[in-house]
Order: sequence, then C-alpha cells, then structure tokens
Amino acid sequence: MFERIRHMLRKEFIQALRDPRMKSTIFLIPTIQVLVFGYVVTTDVRHVTTAVYDLDNSVTTRDLVSRFVESGYFDTVEYISTDGREVDLMDRGDVQAVLRMNKGFEDDLRAGRTVQLQVIVDGTDSNTARIVLDYSAKIASQFSQEVLQERFTRLQGAVAQPGQVELETRAWFNENLESRNFYVPGVISMLVMLVTLILTSNAVVREKEIGTMEQIMVTPITPREFILGKTIPFALIAFIDVMVVTIIGVFWFGVPIRGNLLLLFFATALYVMTGLGVGLLISTISRTQQQAMMSTFFFFLPAQLLSGFMFPIANMPRVIQWLTFLDPLRYFLVIIRSIFLKGVGLNVLWPNFVALAIMGQVTLWLATRRFRKTLV
Amino acid sequence: MKMLRVRAVARKEFIHIIRDPRSLGMAIAMPMLMLVLFGYALTLDVDRVPLVVWDQSGSHVSREFISRFSGSRYFSVRSYVSRYQELEGAIDTGRALVALVVPRDFAGRVESGRTAQVQLIVDGSDSNTATIAMGYAQAIAQTYSQEVVLRQIQRAGGRTLVMPLDLRPRVWFNTELESKNYIVPGLIAVIMMVIAALLTSLTVAREWERGTMEQLISTPIEGKELILGKLIPYFCIGMLDVLIAVLMGQFLFHIPLRGSVPLLFLMSAIFLAGTLSLGMFISIVSKSQLLATQLAMVLTFLPSFLLSGFMYAIVNMPKPLQLITHVIPARYFVALLKGIYLKGVGLEILGFDAGLLAVFSVVMATLANRKFKKKLE
Repeated sequence: MFERIRHMLRKEFIQALRDPRMKSTIFLIPTIQVLVFGYVVTTDVRHVTTAVYDLDNSVTTRDLVSRFVESGYFDTVEYISTDGREVDLMDRGDVQAVLRMNKGFEDDLRAGRTVQLQVIVDGTDSNTARIVLDYSAKIASQFSQEVLQERFTRLQGAVAQPGQVELETRAWFNENLESRNFYVPGVISMLVMLVTLILTSNAVVREKEIGTMEQIMVTPITPREFILGKTIPFALIAFIDVMVVTIIGVFWFGVPIRGNLLLLFFATALYVMTGLGVGLLISTISRTQQQAMMSTFFFFLPAQLLSGFMFPIANMPRVIQWLTFLDPLRYFLVIIRSIFLKGVGLNVLWPNFVALAIMGQVTLWLATRRFRKTLV
Repeated sequence: MKMLRVRAVARKEFIHIIRDPRSLGMAIAMPMLMLVLFGYALTLDVDRVPLVVWDQSGSHVSREFISRFSGSRYFSVRSYVSRYQELEGAIDTGRALVALVVPRDFAGRVESGRTAQVQLIVDGSDSNTATIAMGYAQAIAQTYSQEVVLRQIQRAGGRTLVMPLDLRPRVWFNTELESKNYIVPGLIAVIMMVIAALLTSLTVAREWERGTMEQLISTPIEGKELILGKLIPYFCIGMLDVLIAVLMGQFLFHIPLRGSVPLLFLMSAIFLAGTLSLGMFISIVSKSQLLATQLAMVLTFLPSFLLSGFMYAIVNMPKPLQLITHVIPARYFVALLKGIYLKGVGLEILGFDAGLLAVFSVVMATLANRKFKKKLE
C-alpha cells in the first residue's frame, strides 16, 4: 500500500512542480495576499480632507477649526468663501467633510446662547462617515466642556473646577487597535481553504478531463490510496503557506503571537482535512475544471464572507448567524485569532476544535464514499 | 478580419456554454448570491455591543450612569460581575466585547463635585468594532458628564442651562449612512471581475490542455477573430449579470440610482470588455487551467476586491499602495459607479475616470491579441 502511495505522491509532486511558474505561484500567492491585507485592509480613518466655511472668521471660530486640525484626523484643504462651493467640492469628492460656522458665532457664545457648528459629511462610505462624525462629536464636546468650565470658574472664583466623569478606556489584546493585527492572522484561514480547495478539486478533475483517469483505474491502486496520494501534497503546500504567512505576519508586520504555535498547527491539520474533504466532494460532482472552479468559488465565497473575517458575525441577522455554524472558516478564525492575539489555550478554545474535527471527518468520509462510486 | 469566422467561433463557444448548464447557472447565480449576502447579511455597522458591568459603587448614581449604557441601542448588557476574574473570563471567551468598571467612590465623587473616573476595557482584536464601540462609550460618558457640570453651574448660581456648542451633523449622498448603499454599487465591479476571472481565464487554456487548439490552428482563423469570437458569449453573460445586479439593487434593496442609467450600462460595457480581455490574456499566457485559475485569482479578484476602494477607502491606504491602485481599472469603475449611483453626477465630473477605463480596455485587448500565437511549440 505505502509503495503505491509513494509512487502516486512522486507523480503528483512532479506534476505540480513541473511548471516553474506554478512553483512560484505557490509562494507568491500567500505573500501577495498577506502584504495586501496587511497594508490595505485598514479601517483606521485619518487625514479626512476638510473644507472650512467660516462666516464669522473670529478668534473663537479659528480656535475651533484648529482643534479639528490638531486632532490629526482632519486636513483642511480649502477655505471656502462663496456659497455653493461646498457642493462642488463634495460632488467631485475633493473633500470628505465641510465645517460651517455662521456669522455671529463668537458673539452668541459670549452671550451664553447655544451656537451651531455644522458638519457636512460625505456619506458614500458609511463606515468612514460614521467615524468622522464620531471624531467631530468628540471635539465639539470637548470644546463645550471647556466653555462650561470657564463659566463655572467665573462664578466660583479662580481655582474652582467642576467635577466631571472621565472615561478611561483601555483596549486589551490589541493595545493600539491596529487593524492588521486582526486581519493578518485571518488571511491564513482564507489561504489554506483556497489552496486546498482549488488544488484538490482541480487535480482530480484534470485527470478526468484529460482522460488519464482511465489509466489510473487500470492500475491496482485503491480509491483510498488514490485519495491519499492526491491530497498529501496539497496538505503540505497548505502548511507551507501557513508558515509563510506566519513568518511575514510576525517579522514584517509585527503581529504578536501570544499563544502556542503547536496548537496552531494542530488546528491547521484539522482545518486542512475539511478543506481537502470539500475539495474532493467538489471533484466528484464536476466533470471539467471549469465546473470545479465555479463550484469551488460558489462554496468559498459565502464561506469566506460569513466567517467573520471581515464582517463581524454578531452584526448579521439571526438566521444567517445560525448558518455560520456550518462554516468551517468560522471556527478556525476564532482559533487563530485567539492564539495570535489573546494567547488563550485549549481550555477556552476546545469547542472550536471539536467542531473542526467533526467537520473534517464528515466531509472526508462523504468524499471517500462518493468517490468510490464515481471511480468504479 | 471576417465576421463570418468570428460568428462561427462565437457559436461554438455558446454551444460549449449551454452544454454545461451548471457553470452557466452558477455564473448567473453568483452575482445574486453576492448581492443578497452583501445586501442583507454583511454590514460593518456596529450596534448591540455585548457589555459586562462591574458596578463597585452599587449606588443609585452609578445605576443611573449604567442605565445610559443599557438604554442605548449601541450596547446590550450581558451580565453583571462582581470579581475581576469573571470580567476577564467574559472577555477571554468573547462573551462580551466591552467591560465597564464603575469604581467604589463613584457616587461620592460625582455628588461632591470631584472628578470621577470610570474604566472601560475593550477587546481590541477587531479594531474596527473596538474603535466604534469606544466612540459610543465616550459619547455617552461625555453627555453624562456635561449634565453633571451643568447641574453644578446651576447650583452655583449660574443661569445657563443650555449647552454652549451644538454640533449639527449632516450627511450627504447616503443620508441614513447605510453600508449597503455604499457596498452594492461597488459590488457590480467585483462581480464583473469575478465573472471575467472564472469564465474567460479558462477558455483558451482549455483548448491548449485538451489539444483542441491544434484543430483550431489548422483552420484559416486569425488570432483576433478567435479572441473576439470567444469574448462575445462571455460579454453577453457579463452584461446579463450587470442587468440583474442593477435590477436587484433597484427593487430589492432600494439603492438610490440618481444618475443616468444609459451611462451606467455604457461604462459597464467598456469595463467588461477590458476585464474579459484581461481574463483572455491570462488564459493565453498560462496555457494551463490550474495556473490560469490561480493567476486570475491574484490578478483580478483580489485587487478588485481590496484595492478598488470598493470597501476600504483608498485615502486610508499607505502612499505606495495608493499609487498602485492607479493601475487597477476597477478603481475607476468603482468611482464611476458610486458617482452615478449615490451622487447622481455625470460625465462632466467623471469624464477622467471614464477615459482611463477606455484606455484600459484598449490596452488589454491589444495585449491579448499580441500575445496570441497561432503556433504549436
């Protein structure tokens, strides 16, 4: 048995690596993906291009504007002096926000009346807009607080300060709230699934499409040996990808690893089984590589989007949340993120491991069963 | 170039597609699936953040403060804890994302007019959710604090009961700040890229792999006739997908379509021609379906998903990557789509993007033609 698997493995490796371009894609794809995700996927908002429409043009309004600039979040690109210019700027997308203060701002404030600061935000990108509004609210609130304090001091004498409630925030696990600490480990889940799915399903279907499957069927090889021979090389490639991503993540992006690396590899092994199982299942229902690829994508795309990789599961509708329990990526993502950032172990993560193990076994079992039928 | 031969190839390709109804079905179902997922299920909006509270003060003042959190739709209180270990456990297991700790002397300090500190611990793993949750908490605490200060001023004999500065936020183009209004228009670009990647990238490679290219070479057909003939059927499928996406956006998700519809379809056609040529180019260069698949993933799907500004704003990216996005055609198309959909602007503002899109299509078509050699190696 091992003799035959060995021959099969040799054939597969030769086939996979015969094309030198294929060899480089195996390493290139994970590298490109990690770099792109590490740099691109950031939801941190900074340098919001801002136009200022200051009709009062007083010391107070200039002070307020400078607070926006000094916060580091807003970059003033233009001071508007004519009505209607802000519409033009927003339409072109030259600015994302406009600050507008009416005439009499300073006088009203002195007289103890409420003054208005208008913030117009481009809502096209709703997420960014929300964060911009948040920043503005914070700055406006701070300004109000200071005015109030001044009034209080005037009433109470020089030293008195009103008591306030301060919120001291602290972020655990990702102290500086860097997006890449969240996304880079997540790339592993995506890559491993993609690589195992594409390579397995294509490799098997290719034999059918080119017609070499018949040659294999006349050899004494059994379905189990055939499956093992087909899947082992891709499992190895998946592990190499995990290492490439981990190394780049840790040494290039400085993502912390707080948990146990061995546990990470153990989880990967369970997860790879699921990927190979699904890949084989796809290959049993596809005749051409085109079909295999379409089916792979049809499984992978929803699985990836519903895994919580980019969109938090907690925000999804109830029914969809239940659906995500069928998604192997979901469990693996929890495991890798926890191992990287939280440093927790099996005592917290065991339900996810159990779920992955069950999924791996079930898909592989189904695939082998179906495979015998289609092969014979 | 003879139209007769182009027609023959197109017919052959159509038959290929129809003979494989599953792939065709998936090519049409895929955009629908993506739209439904993005329209209904996926959102970056954050609310009902799970919260645990450790109220050390246990007074009516602290309860009033906490009720500001439990009463807001942004937080939902999961449990009250009384020990640090419980708090830690809740965050470690992910049962809560945020923990609020109200110190023992909270009530005393607030009542005597001294500054009171409240601690907020956030699970920072998901930085986006964490940032937004912290913003909400800050806003709640600040409002509460201002009320406390106003009360003190009033007690000290001041007459002001109004806030000095009132922030009037106004949102343009997407007034309700719905993420689906932002995502669905851009999604059209992604869908078209996926179709191009999945369908065209295999079409020439398949002929090489199966050996049927040899038969094609022995016919009098020219390279450009073959490429054009192969593109036509996929172009039809692609435009059908655009139509489905626009209709679904209109009638299912009620995405405002403020600009010109003919312009939308014209731009889609130009973009589609370019991406299909790109898929064809990949197919011609790789000659193997497996390699073509992988290349198509990296060259089409990934950049159009991540570098186009479809979800992640380009201005937030580091400078070198911002430069790279200029060579990603999806970037211009996403800008066009969002401009037409949400802002209702036309070519007078989007002309530059439209021009670059056309340039891309022409370059890709020329490249595919150049690279194709009717020769056996």
